[in-house]
Amino acid sequence: MADGAPHTEAREYEQRDSIAKHPLLPLVARGVDFGINGQRIIDDVSFWIGSSGRTVILGPNGAGKSVMLRLCHGLLKPTRGEIRWGDMSVADAREQQAMTSQKPVLLRRTVNDNLLHVLRVKGVPLGERQALVDAALEQAGLTDLGGRHARDLSGGQQQRLAIARAFVLKPKVLLLDEPTANLDPAAVRGVEELIGAIGAAGTKILMTTHDIAQAKRLAADVMFLNQGRLLEHAPAMEFFSSPKDPVAARFLAGELPA
Amino acid sequence: MVRCWRSKRASERMTLCVLMRTGFRTHETIWGRRRPYDRFSNMNESPSAIGTALSMIATLDADLFEIVLLSLQVSLGAVAIASIIALPLGALIALQRFPGRRAVVILLNAMMGLPPVVVGLMVYVLLSRAGPLGSMGLLFTPTAMVIAQSIIVLPIIAALSRQTIADLHEEYGEYLRSLGCTPMQSIATLLWDGRFRLLTAIMAGFGRAIAEVGAVIIVGGNIQHSTRVMTTTIALETSKGNLALALGLGVMLLTLALGINAAALVISDTARRRYG
Repeated sequence: MADGAPHTEAREYEQRDSIAKHPLLPLVARGVDFGINGQRIIDDVSFWIGSSGRTVILGPNGAGKSVMLRLCHGLLKPTRGEIRWGDMSVADAREQQAMTSQKPVLLRRTVNDNLLHVLRVKGVPLGERQALVDAALEQAGLTDLGGRHARDLSGGQQQRLAIARAFVLKPKVLLLDEPTANLDPAAVRGVEELIGAIGAAGTKILMTTHDIAQAKRLAADVMFLNQGRLLEHAPAMEFFSSPKDPVAARFLAGELPA
Repeated sequence: MVRCWRSKRASERMTLCVLMRTGFRTHETIWGRRRPYDRFSNMNESPSAIGTALSMIATLDADLFEIVLLSLQVSLGAVAIASIIALPLGALIALQRFPGRRAVVILLNAMMGLPPVVVGLMVYVLLSRAGPLGSMGLLFTPTAMVIAQSIIVLPIIAALSRQTIADLHEEYGEYLRSLGCTPMQSIATLLWDGRFRLLTAIMAGFGRAIAEVGAVIIVGGNIQHSTRVMTTTIALETSKGNLALALGLGVMLLTLALGINAAALVISDTARRRYG
């Protein structure tokens, strides 16, 4: 457990309560290392996430946030240590999860066909597909754009489409890698509203960001990552009002490059 | 493409006859009064040859039309067959990690330069009456020509599509893995989304097939009204000294190759601008 991640009895109790409703929680990492070519990117990270609220991995660029997310999703394998979702291994849990990338990977197809691709791969019966697509488009505010080519959309629309596509089958967990990087404020608001709506519907959201204001707006709990190390994991209120880690405090004060 | 062909024996006999005849003519032309280079010494010949060529094209000369049609049938057929095999094969090699993969890639790239004459010879041996597939009676039929050209263009389409799919997979890989796609599903997605770029690979294969002469002349035999295509006719008519027809066909061949490649380029460029 990282320093400064207090577990009061009341909080544990509350968290265990939410586990009963969520089959993939708690998400537990024990002593996770990850390196490429001898370079350590994730360094001995352990944590325990029990609440189904939105968890934000916060930290400056190059902190290893995206790599941490991919380790949790099973796209990368830890060189040491273990990650488990509830009773499941990362690989088994992936079927009930979806992830989006910082730069949305949209297929060279229409908006509709992007959504349909997921449904086809997942074997959703033909008759049920269009209703799911329409619902996803409506939730993402893309209803009129179904026939447009996905790559003609604006940046914000592309990211909303990527999130809607990830959420189209209502996965238990949604992993979002820097969902609002390089977006203008209006587009950021649109994406955040979508994330909020999805979180409110009971899907566990684990996302990365380097944007402190966004973490304040969205996070239920914050994991502060710097240079591959988890320096603080705390409920958002606690973290932003009185960070215990000195590096985190400097980051919040704007003294570390975001 | 596959019409009802004369019985094998008859067709072989006929071929022999044709080959002998052309052989004599060639002989005559080279050693007789009319040497091929004599024709070029007379500068008035070339414009008149081109004139003949153009008038043949303009009047849709029946023989010419038949030859052009067969060329297109054989080469398009070969490219279609090769594509059906080579596109998934290229995608599979791009995606799968298996021992010896690098060797396969190198081999595939090397096979892009397969000499058509050697391929023709191999297919000839396979299909000749004494060969393992001789009982099928395919030698000196357009089917044999399609087989030979398929073998020639298959490595070209496979190697080029492997590169295209590998590039696209760089981008899509994470999404496909996150989604839990099976290899088949991944390949289908990549082939579909790469379709306009793959068109370039297919066109490269077609360009090779339509221009190729070595293989089709060996396995087809250049039989008039049967297996005579543009390239083999050009070879034959040139050696006969009949430059008008040869040039006419040459012009047709160039125009076709240019036209089809230009069309493909325009399609894939427009699509790429449109679809990224």
